[in-house]
Amino acid sequence: MGLESALGDSFLTTKLEDAINWCRKNSLFPMPMGISCCAIEMMAFAGPKFDVSRFGSEVFRFSPRQSDVMIVAGTTTYKMAHVVRKIYDQMPDPKWVIAMGACTSSGGMYRTYSVVQGIDQFIPVDVYVAGCPPRPDNLINALMTLQQKVQRGESRGSSTAIIGGHQSNEPHPLPVIAG
Amino acid sequence: MNDHVVQKLKSRFGEGTFEFHEFRGELTAVVPLDQIVEVCRFLKEDPDLHFDLLADLCGIDMYTPVKRFGVIYNLYSLKSKHRIRLKTFTEEEDPKVPTVSTVWSTANWHERETFDMFGIVFVGHPDLRRMYMPEDFEHYPLRKDFPLMGIPGSLPLPKK
Repeated sequence: MGLESALGDSFLTTKLEDAINWCRKNSLFPMPMGISCCAIEMMAFAGPKFDVSRFGSEVFRFSPRQSDVMIVAGTTTYKMAHVVRKIYDQMPDPKWVIAMGACTSSGGMYRTYSVVQGIDQFIPVDVYVAGCPPRPDNLINALMTLQQKVQRGESRGSSTAIIGGHQSNEPHPLPVIAG
Repeated sequence: MNDHVVQKLKSRFGEGTFEFHEFRGELTAVVPLDQIVEVCRFLKEDPDLHFDLLADLCGIDMYTPVKRFGVIYNLYSLKSKHRIRLKTFTEEEDPKVPTVSTVWSTANWHERETFDMFGIVFVGHPDLRRMYMPEDFEHYPLRKDFPLMGIPGSLPLPKK
């Protein structure tokens, strides 16, 4: 990878959590929870023009069991909320959530009986994205913000014992970090 | 064409049965509740009129003490490219309207939607279930006395 030529015969030391989190943040597999029009911008985010593969997140997984971050893109109704929650529950720990767009974050222009006024009423959200819909650049910015959180070992939804990181004071056994 | 439809309806159902309105060339007929199916079937099956497409069927809440709820039928004839609108009204207490899903089968889902939103019961409908709201929802959201933000606790969210 070129690291050998830079370092020669020497070596690097780091903490295991930092190394794992560094790996994690550069290969976040998104679960595309495209509910309405924000999903179009999410597709552009994944496509060649904005090219999220530069940030290691090009592998959109259509199975929650293979994803790390759920991008909730669109108006979430009360009826759909149960579906979103069910998919979130099927994602393995550690997991993160990006609330994309005004509707998802706050109900947006749909101030009405059928729309949940912000998905944080039923799932923990790590990053909110403003916009109606947000531009793909904005979603990339959200992903980069999330990468910083991942590197710090933070997740609203997963327990710190599972993801490791600096915020936990308790020592945690090695297999749990890796899992 | 509107005059022709009016004449046809009058000669078939009698002079004073309908109340006709015309606005910018659009003909509206207010039909007595008990004759709505008969009128619809006549408009569809008469070879001259041939209103074969039910373009839309929707409800309305007038929020008046009498004849509070209405059902509106927008008909279209693919043959003559003509349109007509029918209206019929029912009372607030026990709102019931006979189904026209026996005339146009597309009315099946339209009537389910109207039932879901206004609570108007379509008598004789083959499968009158809610369309949009959860099956155990107890209210009718498009009624005028339903609050904009809904009734707290009526739509459960998943546990956090």
